[in-house]
Amino acid sequence: MSSLRVFFVGGYLAYRALFSWLRPSIYIPTMLGGPVFQILFFAYIGRFAGLRNDEFFVIGNAVQASALAGIFGTAMTIGGERWTQTLSPLLATPANRIALFLGRALPLIVNGVFVSAFGFAVGWALLDFQLAAGEIPGIALVVVVSSFACTALGLTTGAVGLRARDVFFLANLVTLLLLLFCGVNVPFDSLPGWMQTVARGLPLTHGIQAARELAEGVALSDVSGLVATEALIGACYAALALGLFRFFEAEGRRRATLETM
Amino acid sequence: MRRTLRLLYAGWKFHLKSLTISGFFIIVSVISPVIFASIAYLMFRAGARPGSLLFVAIGAGMMGIWSATLFGSGGAIAWQRWQGTLEYCVAVPPAFIWVILPLTIATSTIGLYSLTSTLIWGWLFFDVPFELVHPAWFFVSLPVAVLALGLLGLVLASTFVMYRQANALSNLLEYPIWLVTGLLPGLTLLPGWTRPSSRALAPTWGVKALREAALGGEPGFAVAMSAVLGLAYLVIGHYCLRYFEKLAREKATLSLQG
Repeated sequence: MSSLRVFFVGGYLAYRALFSWLRPSIYIPTMLGGPVFQILFFAYIGRFAGLRNDEFFVIGNAVQASALAGIFGTAMTIGGERWTQTLSPLLATPANRIALFLGRALPLIVNGVFVSAFGFAVGWALLDFQLAAGEIPGIALVVVVSSFACTALGLTTGAVGLRARDVFFLANLVTLLLLLFCGVNVPFDSLPGWMQTVARGLPLTHGIQAARELAEGVALSDVSGLVATEALIGACYAALALGLFRFFEAEGRRRATLETM
Repeated sequence: MRRTLRLLYAGWKFHLKSLTISGFFIIVSVISPVIFASIAYLMFRAGARPGSLLFVAIGAGMMGIWSATLFGSGGAIAWQRWQGTLEYCVAVPPAFIWVILPLTIATSTIGLYSLTSTLIWGWLFFDVPFELVHPAWFFVSLPVAVLALGLLGLVLASTFVMYRQANALSNLLEYPIWLVTGLLPGLTLLPGWTRPSSRALAPTWGVKALREAALGGEPGFAVAMSAVLGLAYLVIGHYCLRYFEKLAREKATLSLQG
């Protein structure tokens, strides 16, 4: 019961605190404005370079938008605790660590899905992009799975934040690398071979590919392998994150570095 | 006059050093432009439009200069607030503008790392040739563009002071300015109603001057426009800063935080 409370109530409070108690003046520019302009920016580069149609960029960037909340949000819930000097009291509590950290991830997964859906809607309103009603449930599922996988990677980044001093640097770097490697704006086949190999182990790559195929009218059952791979990658990162949390917490206590800024 | 120049130089040097060792600014001014340049190189290579990758390298470099200016100058006053030094900066004998101006120019100056890194990265990994049609114009355009962006930073710093969540506003303004100033996608594709805002923004003329100097053209007009806009930003920034400083003194809100 106590773990459930930590999971839901703790996660909800951490999420509200992340956006300074959910002020629209912070949430709207950061979580909605930024991704929308990102979609427009890359769609226009795509037109200028004669690369692909708007649909390619709307799908890639709208799915990738879920990474912003997942990676930054989870990383910042750890970095923020250190910044406000509350990390040590938090880790001194007997709270179940899985409930503590996964509870913080859940609202960010939901948030990622919302941001992604907003990106799709704006792409539909402003660019040459349309989805048939029958394609929406499949793409929604892909977005949920991709948002989970990105948040799991964010948890791993946040876990490293228990040791590394500058978790924001790491979160920025991870987000940028996902944008480069995962075929968000460059067709996957056009990436150099070594980049494709790296990308296959990252969240988003399979999710974006699945979403693009669904938008072309392929049945959900035909992309189930891609969706399952995306989910598996997310599960692996979540397991890695929990292992790293345990390890770095023990190390932080032993070396007295939890409050190092 | 000499005192003011010394203050400007000392402040610029101090902030340049301070920003150079900041992890966030390393991301903004070096890593992020290199990653965006790589994405753009790959997109242009895979695309149907033949074009010079030097065009892309210069655009990506200018994107970094804008980001550094936006986050550095937009957050300049907020940072002074957080550090508890804003009241001292306002209270010292020189006018507040001479204290803030070196900081905003330093933020655009560290953007030079962006252009350098995208050019070197492109040359090393994407065979981008660094052959300039008008080398003299290129090296005139560069400092003028940096100075104009620094002065635009002064306008950002002075107006963002009214908005306590300056970082959120900076997050919002990064992509739109990249878009409307034609740093990577050409201006010709944008709707006509964006043209006036494009023309009023220094990055439009800065990147135009650099591209015409590098790839051929007449960069003189674009350089002149950068300089004129820079002066206009200085005047606007001066009045905004004076007005908001007066307002903040009257309401005693200088040290209040978000």
